[in-house]
Amino acid sequence: MGGREATMVLMDENGKRCDGRTVDEPRRIMIKAGGLKNADGSSYIEFGDNKILVGVFGPRDVHPKHMSDTDTGILRVRYHMEPFSVGERKNPAPSRREIEISKVIKEALEPAVMLEKFPRTAVDVFIEVLQADGGTRCAALTAASVALADAGIPMRDMVAAIAAGKVADTVILDVNNEEDQAGQADMPIGYMPNLEKITLLQLDGVLTPEEYKKCVQVGVDGCKLVYELQKKALNDKYFGNKGD
Amino acid sequence: MADKRKYVIPGDVVTTGPFRPEQNTVLEGNKIISTTIGISEIYDDSVRVIPLTGKYIPKINDLVIGKVNSHTSLSWELDINSCYVGFLPAQDVFGRDFSAHADELATKLRTGDLVAARIANFDRTRDPLVSISDRDLGKIDSGVLMEISPSKVPRLIGKKGSMIQMIEEATDAAVTIGQNGWVVVSCESPEGLLKAKKAIQMVNEQAHVANLTDQVKEMLDKKGES
Repeated sequence: MGGREATMVLMDENGKRCDGRTVDEPRRIMIKAGGLKNADGSSYIEFGDNKILVGVFGPRDVHPKHMSDTDTGILRVRYHMEPFSVGERKNPAPSRREIEISKVIKEALEPAVMLEKFPRTAVDVFIEVLQADGGTRCAALTAASVALADAGIPMRDMVAAIAAGKVADTVILDVNNEEDQAGQADMPIGYMPNLEKITLLQLDGVLTPEEYKKCVQVGVDGCKLVYELQKKALNDKYFGNKGD
Repeated sequence: MADKRKYVIPGDVVTTGPFRPEQNTVLEGNKIISTTIGISEIYDDSVRVIPLTGKYIPKINDLVIGKVNSHTSLSWELDINSCYVGFLPAQDVFGRDFSAHADELATKLRTGDLVAARIANFDRTRDPLVSISDRDLGKIDSGVLMEISPSKVPRLIGKKGSMIQMIEEATDAAVTIGQNGWVVVSCESPEGLLKAKKAIQMVNEQAHVANLTDQVKEMLDKKGES
């Protein structure tokens, strides 16, 4: 925090945000399915200035063997930030934050994937953040879901994710790095658009009950926008624009 | 029926009617939802999605091509291009009077050998049991192994085997297709082998194209003239 951010104008008098977006406008999002030859499924996402690559392997043998479950397959997720993904070199060893995000993303994907069809196997999801600019967990979750579909893992639904938040006493969609640092609240939301179920909900900041409800609603609407792009990415790869 | 075909991705609602959800679909409330990327088909009373991606999942009675990974004194382990390993018991090869001290498994199948095998038994509690004791099954002595996506195997076979028959006739090659996506091509003449390989590659890459059979036929005929 510190004094520098406090002087920053997050919302001007016209209701425009620090990067020129309106309150309910997400950043530019580009999703591509496939791209990695050696992975069973993969995807690449550009979410504003975030650049994230995801590779999925499996279902495959579990190593170490003791982790395997005779009733169901297991999902393993590794979220990792490259040393060059942020301004100052990041130590490549998994940090406390990365371990937590790995767990959060895993738990957000678990309701969607149907691993009970593959007992004694594992599905591994590797998320590499090449460039970070706030909201990487949402972008990573969105991309991981596309990569899982690309790998042919049975899923009840896709998982789309985006963050809602509050800056300058206004509820906004898609919190960027500056807004995350200096804003009043940040709420990442993961959502299954067809089943209409939330799989990830975190909140950092203070909101009134009314603001909380509005934030969830804004986030869910944002997830539906993201879902359309996920759909387009998969249609482009598999049906060459013929998909509806 | 053809007009009921739809391209679907996971989560897409295939239909809401009173249908039975089959392959790659689940019933969620009153909606039938696709669980994979593929093409949905509605039959008289059932719905299924033909997958366009994904690993091979063993099914009883499937013909598969396996590669011998290793063996113990009682059984072989086959790599069948799946998340499970194929389990081939020694009795299946040596017969009932197999004896673990008298018979040496390496005399019949060595590590790296290819076999055509059938999935004899498979359920979620155990690795798939395979058998090679049938006509047309057993060790493969010659040919070239090709890998295609397991989800495209039905396309390579074609309706009632039309596609593969056409390739075999045009090139004089013998093609063994494993449901697990491994294909062995053997042919007397090198040109036939190359042509057959090219045709199989073409099916693998363009499986979604309509009237692919005609295009493959055209390719085979054209190459024949030159």
